[in-house]
Amino acid sequence: MIINHPILGPRDSAEFTYMGDAALLDRPDWQAKDALLQFIDYGYLRDNPAGPHTELWYHEQGDRSFLVITRDTTTHEISSVKLASDVARGRGRSK
Amino acid sequence: MSQINRLGGGQIDRTKTLNFKFDGKSFQGHDGDTLASALLANNVRLMGRSFKYHRPRGVLTSGSEEPNAIIELRDGARQEPNTRATTAELFEGLTAKSQNKIGSLRFDFMAINDRFSNFLTAGFYYKTFMWPAAFWERVYEPIIRKAAGLGSISFENDPDEYDRGFLYCDLLIIGAGPSGLAAALTAGRAGAQVILADEDYTMGGRLNSERFSFVDQSGADWAVKTVAELASLPNVRVMARTTVLGAFDHGIYGALERVSDHIAVPEAGKPRQILWKIYSKRSLLCAGATERPIAFENNDRPGIMLAGAMRSYANRWAVTAAHNVAIFTNNDDGHKTATDLHAAGVSIAAVVDIRQNAPPSQDYEVIAGGQVVNSTGRLGLTSIDISLPDGSRRTLPCGALGMSGGWNPNIHITSHHRGHPVWNEEIAAFGPPDNGPVGLSVAGAALGNFTTAGALASGSSKANTILKNLGIKENKLALPLAEDAPANMTPFWYVEGCSRAWLDQQNDVTVKDVKLSHQENFVSVEHLKRYTTLGMATDQGKTSNMGGLAIMAELTGKTIPEVGTTIFRPPYTPTAIGAFAGRDRGTDFRPTRQSPSHKWATEQGAVFVEVGMWLRAQWFPKAGETHWRESVDREVVATRKSVGICDVTTLGKIDVQGADFCYIPQQNLL
Amino acid sequence: MHRLKAITALGGTEPRVDQHGPITLSEKSGFALASVAARVGGTKATTMAIKRLTGAPVPGPGQTNGTKITAFWTGPDQWMLEAPYNSHEKLFEQATAEVKGKASVTEQSDGWCRFDLQGEGLSAVMERLCAINMHNFEAGHATRTSIEHLGCFVICRTKTHISILGPRSSAGSLHHGLLIAIRSAY
Repeated sequence: MIINHPILGPRDSAEFTYMGDAALLDRPDWQAKDALLQFIDYGYLRDNPAGPHTELWYHEQGDRSFLVITRDTTTHEISSVKLASDVARGRGRSK
Repeated sequence: MSQINRLGGGQIDRTKTLNFKFDGKSFQGHDGDTLASALLANNVRLMGRSFKYHRPRGVLTSGSEEPNAIIELRDGARQEPNTRATTAELFEGLTAKSQNKIGSLRFDFMAINDRFSNFLTAGFYYKTFMWPAAFWERVYEPIIRKAAGLGSISFENDPDEYDRGFLYCDLLIIGAGPSGLAAALTAGRAGAQVILADEDYTMGGRLNSERFSFVDQSGADWAVKTVAELASLPNVRVMARTTVLGAFDHGIYGALERVSDHIAVPEAGKPRQILWKIYSKRSLLCAGATERPIAFENNDRPGIMLAGAMRSYANRWAVTAAHNVAIFTNNDDGHKTATDLHAAGVSIAAVVDIRQNAPPSQDYEVIAGGQVVNSTGRLGLTSIDISLPDGSRRTLPCGALGMSGGWNPNIHITSHHRGHPVWNEEIAAFGPPDNGPVGLSVAGAALGNFTTAGALASGSSKANTILKNLGIKENKLALPLAEDAPANMTPFWYVEGCSRAWLDQQNDVTVKDVKLSHQENFVSVEHLKRYTTLGMATDQGKTSNMGGLAIMAELTGKTIPEVGTTIFRPPYTPTAIGAFAGRDRGTDFRPTRQSPSHKWATEQGAVFVEVGMWLRAQWFPKAGETHWRESVDREVVATRKSVGICDVTTLGKIDVQGADFCYIPQQNLL
Repeated sequence: MHRLKAITALGGTEPRVDQHGPITLSEKSGFALASVAARVGGTKATTMAIKRLTGAPVPGPGQTNGTKITAFWTGPDQWMLEAPYNSHEKLFEQATAEVKGKASVTEQSDGWCRFDLQGEGLSAVMERLCAINMHNFEAGHATRTSIEHLGCFVICRTKTHISILGPRSSAGSLHHGLLIAIRSAY
C-alpha cells in the first residue's frame, strides 16, 4: 500500500507500523464515575468493519509521526490521511 | 548434422554451437535456442511424463504457459525442479532431466496408471482413501505423493544470491509485443518515466514468431529497432527477462528479473534473480494472448502442440517438430502455420478445418468441415484419424499436429484484485474485468485486438489516454503499416463423443473428468476446479480452463458467460522461494547489533549469545578450560575478589526532557 | 595507565573505504550529532536558533541545509544537527545554549554510523537498498527510510554523493548490505 503522508507525500506502508483503531486517541477520563467500564471498552473492544475504518499508523521508519487514516478494509482504498497530532489538537488537546 | 529438424532462417546464432545434456544424452543447439527448441531441433519430442497417468508428453507451447515440458534444470545444488523447457534459455553445458518417472522416460513403470485410468478419475483420492482415517497421513499420502510427484530437489543449500529493489515510474508497461512497444514508444517519446517489462529474453512478443506482421518490413527487425530507441531514452527502462508477477495495492507491482538464469553460474557478486517492487502511477497490460487447444481423443501425444507455437518454433527458432505436419483449426490463424511451415520446406499432411468455408490452398490439402478424432503413436505422434464431412474416416500419417482453437487474452493480472473476467462474444473469450486494479488499463491482444495493426493502434492510443490523464502532452505516433486481417473463427472446444481428451495436460484432467464432475453435481466453476483440479497446476490453467468451462456450459445447458470463470492469483508464473526471501536469509535474515566492547570481546575470545538482535559476550574461555562452567566460575570468583565489568549496552535508554517531564514516568510506570 | 585508541564504527583504527565499479563506499567518522525537538509553543524560537547555528534557512520536511553546521529535518518540529567533531566537539552544549529551553536537545554523536556513497550512477545502488524515488532525490534532500531493516537517514549531498546514517550498533550489517547492493548493481 501507499500512504500519502500529509508532510512527506506518498510513502510505502512498509515504513509504517499499524497501531489499531483510531478510537485509541480518545483515552477515557480516569476520574469518571464509570471509568472502569470505559477502560474495559477502551482496552478490549474494537469495531471490525467491512468498509471504511479509521485507524492509527505510526511512521516508524520515517518521521515518527502518528497518522489517522481512513482506509476501506475491503479495497484498501485510503480516503483520508491526517497527522494524529492535528486530529488531537482539533479536539482541544495538546495545546 | 544431428539437428535434423532445423530449418533455415530464424533468430538463432548458428556460429555459436552450444552443448547440452538431456537425461544424460548429449545434444547440440545454438545461441538463441530454448531447451525446448533445441530438443525439437534434435528430433526429441518426448520431454516428460504426465502428473497422474504418466502419459508420454512433449511440448504444447513455446512460452511460459507450458503445461507439459516440465523438467529438472541444472544439477547439484542448483538443480531446480518443475522448470519449463520452453522458457529455459540454452547455455553451454546445460543439463536437464525429465521428471515424474520411475525407470526411464521411454519406459516409465508408473505408466501402468494409464491402464487404470478408469479408477483414477476426478475425486478418486477423495473417494478411495477415506478409510481408515488414520491411514491418510501415514500410509496413503506418502504413497500418493511419491507416485504423483513432480520434480525433486537437491536438498542442498541454494548457492545463489537473490536481490530485491524498488523502482518508480509514471507508466509500467507489462509485455513488449506490438502493443507494448507502441505504447512504450508513445509514452517514452512524450517524456514520461516508463518501465517496459517482458518475460522473454528477446522483446517483440509475437513479432518474433510471425513472418508477415508488417507490410514493408519484418516484425522482428522493427522490434529490435524500437527496443534500441527505447533503450536510448533516459526516461525509459527496458527490462527483458522480467516477469510482472502480480498487481498489489495502489499501483504497486511485483516483478522478477532473471539476471543470471541464462548463464551456467552467476557472475561473482551478481544475484541470480531480482525481485523488484515497482511503484507505478499508471500501468498498461500488453500481455498478448494464449492459444487454446482443441480437445479430441488422445490429444496429448508428443508432437501435438499449439499451431501458434509451431509457427514460433519455425520462424523464431528455425525448428519443426517433424517434417510431416498436420493442422487442426477452427480459425484462419491455424492456416498461417501451414503456410509458414510449407514455405520453410516442411511437408503439410493436411489442414483440417472444422469450418465448411475454410480458406483453400494451392500448396497443400485443406479438409474443410473435417475433425481430428483420434491419434496414434506410443511415444510420439505417428498418425491422426480424421472424420470427414460425409461421415467417413481417414487416417493420415504425420509426425506433428498443430491445434488452433482461437486465442484467449492474457488478462491474469487484471484479476489479481478479485475482478471477474467479462465474456467477449466477438472473440469467444473472456476479456478483462471492469473492476481490475486501479490505474491498470489493457491494450492489444490482451484486450482482444488480435491483428498487428489493431495491437499497435490500441497500445499507442491507450498510452496517449494515460499521458493525458497524467498531464503529459500526448504524442501521435506514426505506426508502421501492419497486417489487419480479421481473425475469422467459429468457436469449437471439443470433438463430439471424446472422453480421454485432455483439457489440462499438466494435471491430467480430461473431458471425461468434467462430465463426471457434472454428474456428481460439482457444477459451479469453483467446485469443478477443485474437484477435478482443472487449472490448478503450476501453469494456472493458461491453456486449459476454457475447454473445461465450455463443456460444463454445454452439460448444464448454459452459456459460457453464465457458467462463469475462476480468477487468477499472483504469481503469474511459478517463482523461486529464494526470490521472495531475497537477501534476508542465514545470518543476513536480520541486522546484527554489536556493543561498543564487541571488538575487544572478540579479541579476548568471547563466546557470544544472541539477545534479540544483539550479540553479547557470555563468557571468556581461557586456555585449558574445557567446559563453560570453568570459565564462568573463574569469572565469578575473580569478580567477587576484585571487580568485574559488564557491558549492558544491550539495555535501552530513554531520554526524557521538557517542562512536564516528571509526569511522563508517573503516568507510564505506575 | 591505559592507552586508549579510538576505533571506528566498523571497528578499525582508520575508516574503511571500498571501491567497486564506479562507486566508492567510505565509512565516515569524526562527526558530531545533536537532535533538536521544539517543545510545545517553541517552534519559532527553535527555528531561529537553528538558523543562527547553521547560518542558513531552516530545512523543511525532507530537506537539509547549512554550512559548517548542517541541519536536516527528521520529523515535525524536529531536526538533527551535524558538524565536524574536531571543530564542534561541543555541538550538543552549543545547541542547548542556543535554544534557551524552547527545545529539547539530545546528544547523538557516536549513536550513529555514517557511510558515504560516491560516484556516477548511484541510482542503481540506491534502488537496491530502499524505496526512495531516485527520479527526484536531489542535492539538499534528506529523508528517513528503512535500509536492510534499519531506520536510516539518507542525505543527498550532490547527485554523485549520498550519505547514509544508520544505528552504530548495526554498522557491520549496514555496511555489508551496502556492499552487496553495489556489487549487484555493478
